[in-house]
This record gives sequence, C-alpha cells and structure tokens, in this order.
Amino acid sequence: MNKAKQLFAGLILMALGLGAAQADYTLNLTKGVTKVSNDIYDLHMLILWICVIVGIGVFGTMFYSIYHHRKSKGHKAAQFHENTTVEIIWTIVPTLILIGMAIPATKTMLELDNVAKSDMTIQVTGRQWYWDYKYLDNDIHFESHLDEASEITHRTVGADPRSVPHYLLNVDKPLVIPVNKKVRFVLTSGDVIHSWWVPALGWKKDANPGFINEAWASVDKAGTYRGQCTELCGRDHGFMPIVVIAMEQPDYDAWVKKTLDQQKQKPDLSDQSREQLMAHGQSVYLKNCVGCHQINGAGVPGLIPALTGSVIATGKWESLDGFLRAGTAKMPSFSKLNGKEFAEVMTYVRNNLGNSVGDTLQPKQTALPDDDDDE
Amino acid sequence: MSAVVDEHDHHADDHHDHGPAKGILRWIVTTNHKDIGTMYLVFALAMFFVGGAMAMVIRAELFEPGLQFVDPAFFNSMTTMHALVMVFGAVMPAFVGLANWQIPLMIGAADMALPRMNNMSFWLLVAGVLLLASTLFMEGGAPNGGWTLYPPLVLQPITVGKALPFAVFSVHLLGISSIMGAINIIATITNMRAPSMRMMDMPLFVWTWLITGFLLIAVMPVFAGAVTMLLTDKFFHTSFFNAAGGGDPVLYEHIFWFFGHPEVYIMILPTFGVASTIIPIFARKPLFGYASMVWATGAIAFLAFIVWAHHMFTAGMPLAGELYFMYATMIIAIPTGVKVFNWTATMWDGAMTFETPMLFSIAFVVLFTMGGFTGLMMSIAPSDFQYHDTYFIVAHFHYTLVPASIFMLMAAGYFWLPKWTGHMYNEKIGQLHFWLSAISVNILFFPQHFLGLAGMPRRIPDYAVQFADWNMISSIGGFIFGASQLLFLYIVIDTVRGGTGEKVTDEVWEDAAKHGLEWTLPSPVPYHTWTTPPAIVPTEHVLDSH
Repeated sequence: MNKAKQLFAGLILMALGLGAAQADYTLNLTKGVTKVSNDIYDLHMLILWICVIVGIGVFGTMFYSIYHHRKSKGHKAAQFHENTTVEIIWTIVPTLILIGMAIPATKTMLELDNVAKSDMTIQVTGRQWYWDYKYLDNDIHFESHLDEASEITHRTVGADPRSVPHYLLNVDKPLVIPVNKKVRFVLTSGDVIHSWWVPALGWKKDANPGFINEAWASVDKAGTYRGQCTELCGRDHGFMPIVVIAMEQPDYDAWVKKTLDQQKQKPDLSDQSREQLMAHGQSVYLKNCVGCHQINGAGVPGLIPALTGSVIATGKWESLDGFLRAGTAKMPSFSKLNGKEFAEVMTYVRNNLGNSVGDTLQPKQTALPDDDDDE
Repeated sequence: MSAVVDEHDHHADDHHDHGPAKGILRWIVTTNHKDIGTMYLVFALAMFFVGGAMAMVIRAELFEPGLQFVDPAFFNSMTTMHALVMVFGAVMPAFVGLANWQIPLMIGAADMALPRMNNMSFWLLVAGVLLLASTLFMEGGAPNGGWTLYPPLVLQPITVGKALPFAVFSVHLLGISSIMGAINIIATITNMRAPSMRMMDMPLFVWTWLITGFLLIAVMPVFAGAVTMLLTDKFFHTSFFNAAGGGDPVLYEHIFWFFGHPEVYIMILPTFGVASTIIPIFARKPLFGYASMVWATGAIAFLAFIVWAHHMFTAGMPLAGELYFMYATMIIAIPTGVKVFNWTATMWDGAMTFETPMLFSIAFVVLFTMGGFTGLMMSIAPSDFQYHDTYFIVAHFHYTLVPASIFMLMAAGYFWLPKWTGHMYNEKIGQLHFWLSAISVNILFFPQHFLGLAGMPRRIPDYAVQFADWNMISSIGGFIFGASQLLFLYIVIDTVRGGTGEKVTDEVWEDAAKHGLEWTLPSPVPYHTWTTPPAIVPTEHVLDSH
C-alpha cells in the first residue's frame, strides 16, 4: 500500500516537473517507536478507512445520480421529500460506527494518561526559544538550542537550507533517554505557551507557564527521533526543534556518567586569543541573544533595541556586564552564563555586529567569585 | 414590524416604488435592507481580496525552505491578520449581507425589523476592520500571536508591540456589529414573516440564520470579555491569565474556545442554508428531509457549545475531561452526516442541470464532507495528539472554510445576482471560475494533509527540507486559486453593468417560484418589496403539508 502511494505521489511530482521527491517525505502518519504511538497509528488507520468507505458510499451515490439523473439525459425528477425509515437509518448507523471507534480510542486514552510507576522523570521547560531539560533523578541539567548551522542558515536570506543536515531539526544538545524504560515527562514553561512534540513518541503536550503537565514514553528501539515546538510561541517559534536519542541501557549509563563529570568541571578561565574569543562569542551569541537582537545586531525596530552602535553595548564593559547579569523588564537576566562566556560574548558584541570598540575581555576579568560553582 | 411599514407607507402616499435616493448619502444613511446587504457584500468581497493577499504572502514565503521574503515576526502577523480579516471581515459580513438581502424577500417582509440599527451595524463593521488594519502600520507591527490571541504571548511587549489595544477595541466593535446584526435578523425572522408562514414553513436559509443569530448573541460577548481581560492584564496589572499573579493561561484558552468553537459554526450554518436552497432548484426536486434538516441544524448549534475543549486536548486536562470532550465531539458527526445524506437524497432521482451555482454546491458537499472526515479523525483525542497544531489541522479547517463557506458564498452570488440585478452573469466565465477554483483549491489544501501527517507544525515561517515538495505544490495551488478569484470580481462587475444582456425572468431558474417567495418578485428586485405581505407560501414541502 505504502509503495503504491509513494509511487503515485512520485508520479504527481514528476508530472509537475519537480523531479525526484525527497527520499524521506511521507504521505501518511508513520508508526512510532512506542506502544502508544502504534496504537494511535492503528486508530488513525481505522478511522481513515471508515471515512474512505463512507466517502465512497456517499460520493458514489452522488456521482451516480449526477451521471444518470441528468436533465440533459431526459431524466424526469421524482418528487419524494420525506422518508422516516431512511432518516432513522442514517442516524442510527453512524451512531453505531461512532461507538465502534470510541471503544479503542478510550482504551488508548486511558493508556496515555497513566503516568504511574515510571522509572525516571525528566522536567522539560519551554523557553523563548529553546528547551531546558532537567533529569530529576540525577541532576543532569542542560539547554537544547537549534544547531548553529541551521541557526545561521535560516537567518541569512538566500542561504541554501539543503546544504545543512537535518535543517531546523537538529540541536546542539539532544535529550538522551534509555530504551524500554518508562520515562515520565513533566512539562512547564518559563515564559509563553510552548508545546513539546516528537511524532515517534505518539503524543504532544503543551508546556504552560505556572503549571505542570505530565506525559510518558517507553521507547522500544534505540535511535534518534526528531520533533518541533508546535504552539505559536513568538518570532522564533519555527526554530526550536527537539531531538531525542534513545540508547541501550549501558550506553545511557555511560552518557549519564560522562555528562555528570562534565557538569562538575569548572569553566576554564585561562586567557584566550582574540580569534578564539570572537569564535566562542559567536556561539554564545547565537544561543542566547540572536532570537531578539538578530544575527546582525540590528534588533527589531520598535520592539527590540539594536546592538549596533548601542551606547550600552559599546560603553564601559563593566556596565554592560551588570546590565546582562541583572536583565531588564524586556530582557531576562543572563546570570546563567559563566565568566568565560561573558568574556566571549561581550568581546564578540563589542567588536562585531557593526561595532569596533577594540577591547579584548579575558575570562578572568569578567568572572565572579562564584563562577566556579556555576553549572 | 408596524413601525417600519407605517413609516414607509407614510412617505410613499402617492406611489410605492419611489426607488433609492441619489448620491453618496444613499449609501451612508440608508436603512433599506437591499442597500445594506449590497454594502455588506461589497465590503466582504474587498476584504476577501485583502485577506487573500495576506495568504499569498504566506504561501510565497513557504514556497521554498529558507527565508526569502519576510521576517518571521511579519510572517506571524500575516497568519494572524489573514485569519482575523477572513473571519471577521470577509466570511461573517458576507453572510450578514446575504441575510440582509434575502431574509426579508424569503419571508415576505418589507424590510429588516430594525433598519436604523442595521445601518449602524454595517458602519461599525467598517470602523472595526479599519481599526484592525491600522495596526499594520504601527510600531512593532500588527498582532502576531495568532488569531487565538493566546496570553502570555500576546501580552509580551517584545513580541507584539503597541497593536494589542487597537486589536482588542477592533474586536469589540466587530462584536457589537455582529450582535446588532444578529438581533436584527432574529427580530425580523420572528416578527415579520408573512402571516401565512409558520416556523416550519420557513426556507432553510432563514432557519440556519435564525440559529446562527442565537449563536452570535451567545458567544460574541464571551470573546469580548476574554479580550477585555487581556487588556486589563496588560494595562491594569490584573492577573486573570498571568501565572505569576495567580492567574491561569489555560483559563483564557477555555474562554476563547467557548467562543471560538461556535464561531466556526457561525461561519458554516448559513452555508448549509444556501446549499439547501440551491440544490433542490437544480435537482428539480423538493429538499429531502426538511424537518430533519432543521433539527440537525439545531443539534449542531447545541453541540457547538459543549465541545470547545477539543481544541485543547494537548493543553492538559483531566482524563474525564479528555474523554467527555472526545465523545461529545464525535457526536457532531451524526447531525452533520444527516445533512450530507439529505443533500445526496435530494440529488438522487432528480433531473439535474449544472449551472455555476449548482457546480459550486456539489463541490461544497463533496469537499465539506472531506473536511468533516478529517474533523472526525481529529475528534479522537489520542490521534489528535498527533494531528494537533500541524498542517493536518490547517488542511482540515481550510476544507471546511474555503470550498465550503467561501464556495457557497460564490454559489449564492451566482444564484442570486440575476435576481438582484436583473442581468444574467456570463455562464462560460462562471464555469471557468468554478473549475479553476475547484481544482486549485485541492492542489492548495490536499497536500497539507500529507505535510501535517509527516510532522510539519503550523505557523512556522521556514521548514525542514523534507517538507519542501508538498509546500511548493501547495503554494502553486494557492497562487492559481488566488488569481482565479479575480474572475469572480470581473463577473460581479460585469453582471451589475448588464451581464450577457439576456433578460432574466422573475423566476430566473426553471420553476424556481415553486421553491421560494423571492422568485415570485420581479427581476431586478424593486427597491421596495412586500409592502403588502404575500398571501401564500409557495414552498413545495409546505404545499404538501398544508
């Protein structure tokens, strides 16, 4: 069936002169990698087929009469306009069909809702515009941003998205979970409403500010699964993908150990060359600042101040530093960054994006005493 | 009733048909239902092209992956404004225009019950839409939080700029206009029918508008309340929806969809009425199952009020809530199915001809049913987790709004224009318009089902590369569909200016006078009609039951 559909779609595409279709497009919902997602796929197909059969019945009847009961063929119109029996039939039959659909749907709904007896819990926080993941059982905590290649490409008019692997569906730090374990997700938001969706898991759930939603997944097969935010959450709504990597238990355990070790490491506050500062600074900028201030530092007229030529950005670095750490009514506090990142991003902002102050800030200058405890 | 008739009689002592006043004031101060209907229809058609132009911006940006033309924030403005303009500027006013023109003619009334309010509700509509359009030129741009205006996004200064209060006041004006229009229509239908016309004798279009009128009165204030709460959250530091102050952003979703769900029925019920008027005439049969059509319309309207949270299956609800809203939503398939079966039965064993209005009506039944099928799929809550906020949804509601509401508005235009103007439209161009529209609308929206199922979220300005082909096809369909509508504009202008030159009869369509009162009047319809109510009601099902 799928082959036939693919072939059919391929023919349409070719007829339209578009050449060979992308290898990984689909025409139908795909089966996922959890039991629930397979149940949902079956539900989807059941209802699709019911619709197809009802559709063939109704449209078939209609087109039969359109063809045969034409005035141009000399057909005389009957004048009936009531038939109680018929009208009762087409109330009762759909009711029975609906009951037949409601039973499996209810079963799946009960399964989806049951978050009890989970093996581990991950807190997902949606933010403008990235995801924040916290493993509640072992204190792993990191942010997951759109990868730099996609970030730069989508912000550059005329850049070629086809040259970027997994364009807009790749992140710098994917979420990692073990296979065959019941992973409970608790979802919330730090600003506006977002929605967390990985199609292969079979559900999406909104991340609401001030509230916690729950969901769960138990992945059958190791692999990389991709999704996106699906609730309109502002300018960069289209640019906050989700990547979940499901690993066999030993690999997962190794990943946990490695990640925890990395988190314990203190940031390296040794001096860097100007080139290094600028390159690292761009990464920090792309993750934290670009969503509002734009890739060229121009901001958004009327909404977000430009960094280019801005007094705050190019004045004394100490005041810029204070500004970033404190935040404003419009801008969140960036005290989550460490001293190293401050030196990098400030050097970048002051000497790029149309600015050229000429100074080179080193991590030791911008570090606070408690920077060592960060992360 | 008497007030209007008295006033009219008083002015027209010598002769009844003194025709319209001359000059621009005729249109500004008119209280004549036909003039006001015309103004509504012209305004709605203009807004259809404005909203359509915004859709073209959206489809142009989505033609290829990558950003080519617009900034993502402006893209969000376009999706928001496209929706608001189409819903409040085009579809709803167009149906009010049809109601203004047709309801008095169909029930044998001299005019609407409250003609001065009728004038005011039209001009409030214009004011509201202009206020909304003005936000396009404001610092920070037009609203870009989606037509649902969900907080906290829509309250964020860094996202929305200064447009919010203007959008909210615009919604207030549009709401007042709609409510006044609805009150007027209900008052007209309940009070001004010809003495011999019982409720169950009324044409289906009148029934569907009566029920729509009640929907409007019930839900427009709810929307006005919700956006007012947004306004006080923004400017007076209340915390209805602000979690930090103890409020609940999901509360807004409940209030919004308590309005928003019936709103979609406001845009489709009159469509059912138009289809039930057109199909019998071209099938040369009475409408099948008149009474069940009336009851089905009532049932759909009732159900519309109790299913709102099916828009929020993913928002986070208790299990009992998810199940209740799932079952209640599924039930809507029954009365809607009854209507589709009845239209099919009306065509069955008829003697059909396929003039442009009938073509649009048949396309409506088929394509609306397809939109209904995807609606049924979405009512299944677990499946909806996969469909929600993807292009599958976009495809679904555009199938129920474009080839349904918009197609039937086109059908109504072709169907009644000869009656209104006394001129026949150009059938050849009409059929060309139909075929171009019917084919391109499917090229436009059918691939969006595939996009949604493959995982493309809605409201994104740029997308992953595997979505490229179907988006390109969809955009091509969009451009053809958009361009085809210029044919309709041409036909309307051409018909008003004389059309084919063919003189149309009073009935216009063969034996139409058997189906409704309006076809017993002269074509073009005189400026004043039914100054004395008609004695008999010539509807076929009525003749049988009397």
